[in-house]
This record gives sequence, C-alpha cells and structure tokens, in this order.
Amino acid sequence: MLEKTLKKENILKKNKTIPEQIWQFFCSVKLTVYTLVVLAVTSIIGTVILQNGTPPQYLNLYGQTVYNIIKIFNFDDMYQAWWFLALIVILCINIVVCSIERLSFTWKIIFPQKITFNPDRFRKLKNLETVQVNKDVRSLSNDYERFLSKKVGRVIKQEAQTSTVMYAEKGRWTRIGVYVVHASILLLLIGALIGSLFGFKAHLQLDEGQTSDTAFIAKKRLPIKLDFSIRCNDFDVKFYDTGAPEEFKSNLTIINNGNALFTRDIRVNHPLRYKGINIFQASYGTAQPDSVVIDMIRLSDKQVASKTLKIGEEIQLPDDQGMFKLEGFLPHFDFKGHNLGEAFVGRITPKDGAAFQIGLPVKFPTFDRMRKGAIAVVIKDFEQKHYTGLQITKDPGIWYVYSGFILLIIGCWITFFMSHQSYFIEVESSGDNDSTVSISGTTNRNNQGMKLKIQKIVTTLKDK
Amino acid sequence: MNSSFALSLATFIYALASVFYIGSFAFKKQSLSKLGFMVLVLGFLSNTTGIILRWIESYQMGYGHAPFANMYESLVFFSWTVAILYIFVELKYKESIIGVFASPLVFLAIAYASLSPDISSKISPLIPALKSNWLIAHVITCFLGYAGFAVAFGFSLMYFIKPKTSGETSLFAKLPSWEMIDELTYQMVVFGFLFLTIGIITGAVWANSAWGKYWTWDPKETWSLITWLVYAIFMHLRMMKGWYGKNLAWVSILGFLAVLFTYFGVNYVLSGLHSYA
Ligand code: HEM
Repeated sequence: MLEKTLKKENILKKNKTIPEQIWQFFCSVKLTVYTLVVLAVTSIIGTVILQNGTPPQYLNLYGQTVYNIIKIFNFDDMYQAWWFLALIVILCINIVVCSIERLSFTWKIIFPQKITFNPDRFRKLKNLETVQVNKDVRSLSNDYERFLSKKVGRVIKQEAQTSTVMYAEKGRWTRIGVYVVHASILLLLIGALIGSLFGFKAHLQLDEGQTSDTAFIAKKRLPIKLDFSIRCNDFDVKFYDTGAPEEFKSNLTIINNGNALFTRDIRVNHPLRYKGINIFQASYGTAQPDSVVIDMIRLSDKQVASKTLKIGEEIQLPDDQGMFKLEGFLPHFDFKGHNLGEAFVGRITPKDGAAFQIGLPVKFPTFDRMRKGAIAVVIKDFEQKHYTGLQITKDPGIWYVYSGFILLIIGCWITFFMSHQSYFIEVESSGDNDSTVSISGTTNRNNQGMKLKIQKIVTTLKDK
Repeated sequence: MNSSFALSLATFIYALASVFYIGSFAFKKQSLSKLGFMVLVLGFLSNTTGIILRWIESYQMGYGHAPFANMYESLVFFSWTVAILYIFVELKYKESIIGVFASPLVFLAIAYASLSPDISSKISPLIPALKSNWLIAHVITCFLGYAGFAVAFGFSLMYFIKPKTSGETSLFAKLPSWEMIDELTYQMVVFGFLFLTIGIITGAVWANSAWGKYWTWDPKETWSLITWLVYAIFMHLRMMKGWYGKNLAWVSILGFLAVLFTYFGVNYVLSGLHSYA
C-alpha cells in the first residue's frame, strides 16, 4: 500500500533534480534486494580463496595470472576490500533513506488522530464467519463486548434498531518492529566500525616467569604497548586419557608501574578483562628451559659423563675433544623435511678445525651418534617449561554490537510474531429470540493466522 | 536400554512414519496419515530418550557434556528438532497430509547419522574451546533455525507437485489450499529466520568470550551469514515486492541449499574452526 502511494507521488513529479534522483535511487527496495544478493554471492569468494596468506602461498596455489586478479580485487582480504565495504555502506544508506521516507507514513498509522472503522469493509472480508445464535441482540452484544474488551482492547460500539456492530483492535505499535530491525542492523555495523577503527587484536607469547607489556598485531607484527604489564607465573595443561587436551590455564599477574595489582587464572572461555583490555587463553607450547642435563658418551667404550648446563653456557668436552656450547632450543626441529619435535642446538668447536652445529632431538637419543664423532652428546633431562599464547584484544564498539544483537532479536520477534489486529463483530436480529452473528478481522500480516483466530472465536462464542 | 539402542529404534520408527505418510498421500487415505502422526510421535519419544541417555552416558564416561559435540550428535538433534517442529505444525494447523514432506527429512537425517561410514557415533571428550554453556544455547538455536528451513523446504515442494486446478479425482486433491501452503511456508521461514538470527548471535557472543572476537569471517560464520541473507531476501521479496508461489518457493529451496552447505559443505569441503570430527 505504502509502495503504491509513494509511486504515485513520484510519478506526479516529472522533472526531478539530481539530489532527488539520488534520494530516489537509495529509496528503492529493489536496491536492497540487489545489494543483499550481491553481498551473499560475493561472500562466497572469501570462503573459497585463502584469506590473508603470503604471496608465495598464493602463487603456489593459484599461479601468477590468478594471483594478479586476486590482488586487483583484494580477494586475499576480501571482507576488508573497498568494494565489499562499499556494498555495506550502500546498504546502510538504503536503510536510512527508506526508513526516513516511510517512517512519517507509519507514524501516522501508529498514532492516528482518531480511530475509526468502516463496517462495510469488514463485511466483505474473506475470513468473515456467520453463525445463528438463539439469543436476542441486546444480551449477545453485551456478552461480546465484554469478550472483545477482555481479549483485544477498548471496544467501539455502534447500536442501531435491530443490530449492533462492534470493533476492537490491538498491536498498532507493533508496526514499529521493522524499524527496530533495521535500526539494530545499523547499530551493529556502527559497532563493528568503531571496533575496527579504535580496537585491536594482538598476540602475546609469555614463557613461565616472563613479564611483558607489548603484544603484536597478528597479521602485521605491529607492536602494541599496553598500559600495564602481564606476568605469566605458571602454565598448566591437563589431558584426557585419549591424549587430547582437556584444559589449559595460565596464572597471570597484572603489574602497573612495578606494583603487582592482582593475580588470576585464565582458561579457554574464561578470559580476564582489565581496563577495557581482554586477555584470552589462546594457545601454548614448550618454552626454552633454563637448564639441561646432557650426557657425553665416549663411543669407544660407552663411558658416560653427565653435566648440567644453562642455555648459552660453554664447556670442555672430555678427552680434550674441544668445546661444546648449548646454543638454544627449538620446539620443532626440522631434519631433511621431517619434524623431529623438540630439540636443542649445540655448537662444537674442535681443538683444531672449524666449529660446526649439531642438533639434539629430545625423542631420538642416538641421533648424535650418526655424526660418528669420538664423543656423542645426548639430552638426558631438562626442566619442562611452557609458554602461554595469549590473545589481547580491545573493542570499544562491543556494546553497540551487543545492543544491536538484542534489538535485532526483539525487532524480529515483534515483526514476526506480533501484528496489528482489528476485530469486527456484528449482531443482527433474525427473529424474536434469534440473532445472526458475523465475525471478521484484519491484520497487517499473517492473514491465514487471522482466519484461524476468527474460527476459534466463533467456536468459543457459540459455546457461551 | 542404552542410547544407541534408543536411537536405532527411533530411526526405525521414523522410517515407518514416513512410509505411512507416503502411503496416505499415494492412496488418499486420511487414516494412514493419522497413523503416521502417532508413529512419528513415538519415534520422537525414542529420539528424545536416546539424546537424554547419551547425555547421561557422557557423564558416566567422565567427559560430561551435552550431546551436541560432533556430527553424529548434531544430526540426531537435527532429526529431533525437525520432528518436534513438524508435530507442532500438524497439531496447530490440522493438515496431516503435509507430513509426507516433513517426515522423510526426519528419517533421512538420523539414518545418515547412523549409516554414513564417515560419521563416528563414539562419545568423545570436548576440546577446551567447546566447553561453554554458550555451546548449548548456540547449537539449540541454530538447529531450531535449520529445522524451520528444512520444513519450509519440504512445504515449498508442494508448489511443484500440486496442480493449478485440482479435480476431485486428482492424486493431490487432499493437499492444502494455496493460501495455506503459502502461509505454512512463510511461517516456517520466519521461525527459522528468528532462530538462525539468535543462533548466529549466540555464536558471536560465545566467540567473543572464547577468542575475543565476535566475528572472524571463518567459513562456517560466513556461510551462516549467506544463509541468513538469502532468507532476508526471501522476506523482502515477499513483503515488499509481492512475490509469491513458485518464484518464492525457489528462493526457499535456494535458502535450504545454503543451509545444507553451511551444515555439511563447510565441514567437508572447506576448513575452519568449526569443522567437527
Ligand atoms: C540485511 C539488512 C537489511 C536491509 C539492508 C534491509 C532493508 C530494507 C529496506 C530498505 C526496506 C524498505 C524500507 C522500509 O520499509 O523501511 C525494508 C523493508 C522491510 N524489511 Fe528489511 N532490511 C534488512 C534486514 C531485514 C531483516 C533482517 C528483516 C527481518 C525482520 C527485515 C524485514 C523487513 C520488513 C518486514 C520490511 C517491510 C516493511 C514494511 O512493511 O513497510 N529486513 N528492508
């Protein structure tokens, strides 16, 4: 109905200025549908093409030609691409313009000067039901008036000589529902915008015992300095008997200007929030230990000498075989393309000759024998130490987004399950103590539901 | 009785219900569809029992989580939601023949869960990220949404089966009126849309509490948004552009394909945080 009225108005006005034409462009529901279709279709691209990969990854996967196309349209980061954001902006303007255009009409319906009704219109409705009742008009109309005012709302009653018509309505305000839905979508997008402009998502890796105040933005390795420092006191991981991790948690202390403020455990799904910054347990791994016990085995007679070393420490090998330096720790030791797991790296400087590096995988104690030196080095034991992977985020737009969520649900509920309903009952005398009762109703949505409601009312009233 | 027995029984009973409904449609026997309804309710009870038992068993095994954690459990729950939604529709609208479009979906989902070799019915422990009450809210609402769309899909098929003018002798004479079909499809889409909306929102709130980001454009999220957009388009076409009948039914079918891809395609074809199994 609204659509038609608007069209007519626009047709009357032939010569439109350019701003008027622009307004008109954004005012059409056709634009809405097209934009939504384009958004839905293009969104697929980002689920098929790798997102935020490195150039070699793309070249490997798709080749040079396709990669050039990907680059032109930013398909490698397409949900941030200019054209995708432009589509969202068009949608927003569309919602705003349409709502402004229509709200004044809807407003007049929601707050009418005076509620009137046209009996003839109700008499012609398709859902009109007619029954005969063995009672006189007066007593029936009193009964029905009570029924309507209890079930629907205030009743408008018009009495004539031999008949009475009654009208009642409810839910005028529910016509605002769609506007709530559309406003909530705007609110969501505004929240997302605020989040992407003023928020961040960064990563921080802390060894047990380590303190830091600087996290790094995931993609760009950009440092983010926090107003406080975080110390990881302890990290714990529990496993199921299947070997899958059951739970991991970090014990963190928040430190401000050298003062420890408080200490708390965080687990997956149970973050810590402080000063608008959220700290999440994201991952974990094995960190470089402080000290390591190594065995030095003389290959000729298998005689063993043990020694405890710190990382970076250098010692004399037995039999005057030169110096050994424990250089560092690797969580994943790559040997000819195989991942041999946790390993240490050492450097041997023979008495006469060039220094060389050796790898000491923890799980393969005989590995260094393959070198066929006089002395083989084996990792005997080391103190297991973890690092914790923390996700550090800030999102000042989150409350806009959450308000949008709540409004969206409320708006959908109103739009879908509530409606503006009007009921009409006419009682006409059809004999001394007989009446003909006609009942019908209108609604702004769900006509079939209205039909069922009318039928139900008929059965209730007949039983009275 | 254990959960796998109850669920096998449910599969069998659902198969029987589908047979009765199809029979009532093919032979125009109203009584068969009444029988089909009662059998469907029985299957639903068995399905419910199976889910509750599985929940209890997971506690007995020491894992202790709601039975919504892998593909098998989600399919079983999908059958359950479609069944309860359909039972509700039949009770409300009193159109029993339309069960022929809903009961096979209920049966197919649960049968696929038990018969597909790719789907393990083992009760397995939860990874830490899935341990959240939001999991329960998220799964239940998403699946109610999917159920609404599934039933809407079933009803949309009527547009292609029911002849324009139905004579008394026609095989399809018992199908509801066009207005009723239109209303039923629309009501199911609306139901699905509301719950998919809540499902996406609970998922976002959960992601925000687990990873600190309510939306990351991972494939499952993106596909659920695509599904949501298709049904938003459906509603705008219907309400603002006056689409109806077969044209609109096509949109509903397209929407259900998007649901299927969100549900299965993303797990099998694409990868991301959500892939179960
Ligand atoms: C996805 C973003 C959406 C956009 C861009 C959008 C846009 C629009 C526009 C421009 C109109 C016409 C103008 C108006 O009456 O305000 C409209 C109408 C409408 N929209 Fe949306 N909409 C969106 C989502 C939704 C959703 C999720 C719903 C579901 C509740 C919805 C329900 C409606 C309804 C019921 C109407 C008809 C209003 C009437 O009866 O006058 N829209 N939409």
